[in-house]
Amino acid sequence: MTCTDFLAQLTDYFDGQISPELLEEVREHTSSCHHCEVVLDTTSKTISVYRDNEIYEVSPEFRDRLHLAIMAKCTAAK
Amino acid sequence: MPAIQSPGTEEIHPDVALVARAKDGDTAAFEQLVRQYERQIFRVAQHITQNREDAEDITQDAFLKAYEKLEQFQGNSKFSTWLVRIAVNESLMRLRKRKTSKTVSMDEDVQTEEGSIPRDFAEWRPNPEQNFNQAELAEILRKTIQGLPPGFRTVFTLRDIENLSTEETAEALGLSVPAVKSRLLRARLQLRERLSRYFGKKKEGLPA
Ligand SMILES: [Zn+2]
Repeated sequence: MTCTDFLAQLTDYFDGQISPELLEEVREHTSSCHHCEVVLDTTSKTISVYRDNEIYEVSPEFRDRLHLAIMAKCTAAK
Repeated sequence: MPAIQSPGTEEIHPDVALVARAKDGDTAAFEQLVRQYERQIFRVAQHITQNREDAEDITQDAFLKAYEKLEQFQGNSKFSTWLVRIAVNESLMRLRKRKTSKTVSMDEDVQTEEGSIPRDFAEWRPNPEQNFNQAELAEILRKTIQGLPPGFRTVFTLRDIENLSTEETAEALGLSVPAVKSRLLRARLQLRERLSRYFGKKKEGLPA
């Protein structure tokens, strides 16, 4: 497996949709290619840091406004 | 290859009952759906538009539209995916209005080669996010994702932040599965490259 082949498998690797044979090849490649090992590790950390940290929060004022608007709509529709 | 599913063994999503009640005019059921998904819909809209006011308007419009169109929701997809699709469409429309001179579509900027080939191979410090307080970290993450083309950050948001499946992401964006996969790879690699500036180990002893 070349570095380009490795990159081509990266999405399926993270999505758990990689065949056992290719998974084995990915592991072999990263154990002998430090660059790709770093790419694999830091891309995985990139995904988890975004998943674990909520960077946009709904403000309580907006939540109140939203629910008033929804209630108004629902009652009008009845 | 996906496993073959025998009919009747799929678990029924709890939203199905809530949607049915909401269709029958049960306001409390619809309110509960709003409470469940308001944060997700807001995040999606904010990630795409990068503007809080727009994101709030879009969130409200998306739920009001969902209420109006509830009869049309067939249950072929998850209620949340259906909602996300409404919010994505509203967000892209809003983005187009803002950038009047420039067309914004899911295809925009996909030609760029930036970040599709990794260049930074520095290892990251262990638990690099712990070198920043919560506010600093949030700022870094916001700045970093803001720099991605809209088509890339939308795919990353739905797939990696909101945890939609590749198929659901494709459905919500009107893209093919291979198109989602290629945008996702580029989005992940570009974000990784940009985050390396903050999280990477200092390169010591290397020629500049
Ligand atoms: Zn390699």
